[in-house]
Amino acid sequence: MADGTSIAASGPLGGQTEKEAFLGFTRPQAIAFLVMVAFVLVSPFFLYPVFLMKILCFALFACAFNLLIGYVGLLSFGHAAYFGMGAYVTGYAAKAWGVPPELAILMGGAIGAALGLPFGWLAIRRAGIYFSMITLALAQMVYFFSLQAPFTGGEDGIQAIPRGTLFGIFDLTADLTMYWLVAAVFLAGFLLIHRIVHSPFGQVMKAIRDNEPRATSLGYRVEQYKLLAFVLSAALAGIAGGTKSLVFNIATLTDVHWTMSGEVVLMSLVGGLGTIFGPVVGAAVIVTMQNYLAEFGAWVLVIQGAIFIACVLAFRRGILGEIAHALRVKL
Amino acid sequence: MASAASDGPILETEGLTKEFRGFVAVADVALKVRRGTIHGLIGPNGAGKTTCFNLLTKFLPPTRGSIRYDGRDITGMKPAEVARLGLVRSFQISAVFPHLTVLENVRVALQRARGASFDFWRSESLLKSFDARAMELLDDVGLTGYAKLTAGELPYGRKRALEIATTLALEPQMLLLDEPTAGMTHEDVDRVIALVKRVAAGRTVLLVEHNLKVVAGLCDTITVLTRGRVLAEGDYAAVSANPEVQAAYLGTDPGVSGGH
Ligand SMILES: Nc1ncnc2c1ncn2[C@@H]1O[C@H](COP(=O)(O)OP(=O)(O)O)[C@@H](O)[C@H]1O
Ligand SMILES: [Mg+2]
Repeated sequence: MADGTSIAASGPLGGQTEKEAFLGFTRPQAIAFLVMVAFVLVSPFFLYPVFLMKILCFALFACAFNLLIGYVGLLSFGHAAYFGMGAYVTGYAAKAWGVPPELAILMGGAIGAALGLPFGWLAIRRAGIYFSMITLALAQMVYFFSLQAPFTGGEDGIQAIPRGTLFGIFDLTADLTMYWLVAAVFLAGFLLIHRIVHSPFGQVMKAIRDNEPRATSLGYRVEQYKLLAFVLSAALAGIAGGTKSLVFNIATLTDVHWTMSGEVVLMSLVGGLGTIFGPVVGAAVIVTMQNYLAEFGAWVLVIQGAIFIACVLAFRRGILGEIAHALRVKL
Repeated sequence: MASAASDGPILETEGLTKEFRGFVAVADVALKVRRGTIHGLIGPNGAGKTTCFNLLTKFLPPTRGSIRYDGRDITGMKPAEVARLGLVRSFQISAVFPHLTVLENVRVALQRARGASFDFWRSESLLKSFDARAMELLDDVGLTGYAKLTAGELPYGRKRALEIATTLALEPQMLLLDEPTAGMTHEDVDRVIALVKRVAAGRTVLLVEHNLKVVAGLCDTITVLTRGRVLAEGDYAAVSANPEVQAAYLGTDPGVSGGH
């Protein structure tokens, strides 16, 4: 690609692509966003809503994860903890206490944040692989807690979680009605993440990602920024997990298992780390694949592994990352 | 002599020592930097200059010794706190934020004036109020035309210029520059020297240089470091006339270098 001399020549002209369209999106991002919204609005009339809801829940989960790895440079390998606990708490609240869905989902986000605060506080003390290992170890503790705790239902999980009635008006039993709630949660979460990335806070986040010692030398207390980013990411993961438990009426150990942490890494990687739309595409690809390959049983894991390796070796930037790179735009 | 506030040294170390698992990188350094001067810290590769910088800016904890800055003991402080006191460093390896634009690089430093930026719900368009000042700073270092470019795409010399502009954005009272001319072409070196001279007005500068000639016309006082120890101190004439400095630092005389 162009560097050195050609850049110097293009210097004074550079950055013309950065023109803003709306909501802080650049032109190409705005187009991608409109395409995505159109798809979200139209697809339930062509495709199975439950399948689409699964994609949207995982897309939000992957976006939340990507907030950390893509914009702060922190690779969490324990995001299943926040996703899974979100699922348990939302599910339990909806089933045992009859909490309405909107509140139950928010409680899922709250437990994500509540876990993310101490876990993040511990993990950000270390960098690189040690950070990842700490997040993994803490998530394993959550897994064993979920296995033992009475309210999670152990091996059975929490079953027959009622979807309830949204705002006391909309009965969510019908898949299509539930779909609109999930779509709204996803779009709100997506826009929030976009805003976080493009806020004064986001500027500091990206500076830390790019060069942490330099950010420190400018007087930023980087731990505080990392911790806030961690908590926000965990809260959004909790919301994704909570929403998922309402969609499928179930919260189980699968949601807190370490393979779930691995799956979200895979989704973000396939879609493109550090791109705002990448994790959405990655989630769609992986969930679709799991769906269609389900009949092959354990082979799904092998195929996923192969894709993972292919991404790492050949498409380092992921699907959207490669497209953005080819078009020389930010997505 | 102990009138710390105004005419005493702005930066003063006592017995500053750093050991890495028994290896002494900085040994018992007593450094006094006078307010408003350009102070050079020179020495051959591996002398301990960068380690010294890391100690002064609290990026490394000292094994022994104390550091006073502006009349205050900063030995136990955190690096971000020291920066907030106006003691700001640059890095030997050019330190820009490669995925931010050139303008954003400077702006993220100016943004510090807001205090903490935890407001994740606000739009970054709020930061546009810093753009004018950022452009002034970029203008100062000859980067006006590069403002919208991604910093990682700048040629090396321009990155160093950007780094200086970013550092200046904090209006530091004291600047610590670690080899600002390293790896630069001749014209770039001249430009940076002129820039350092210009920004030193009303500030104190501690400058690490590998190259004795660069500090010649620039520094009021020069401290020579070898193997972690202060070998000599004084103005350029005195230091360069010192036979020990000639032998140890310049190392050109094969007859003297045998004893290492
Ligand atoms: N983190 C570290 N761990 C071990 N040794 C180090 C470390 N940092 C520097 N050193 C050693 O300390 C000595 C001084 O290094 P440095 O301060 O970088 O020298 P200079 O900047 O003068 O070239 C070198 O011998 C170097 O290998
Ligand atoms: Mg050095």
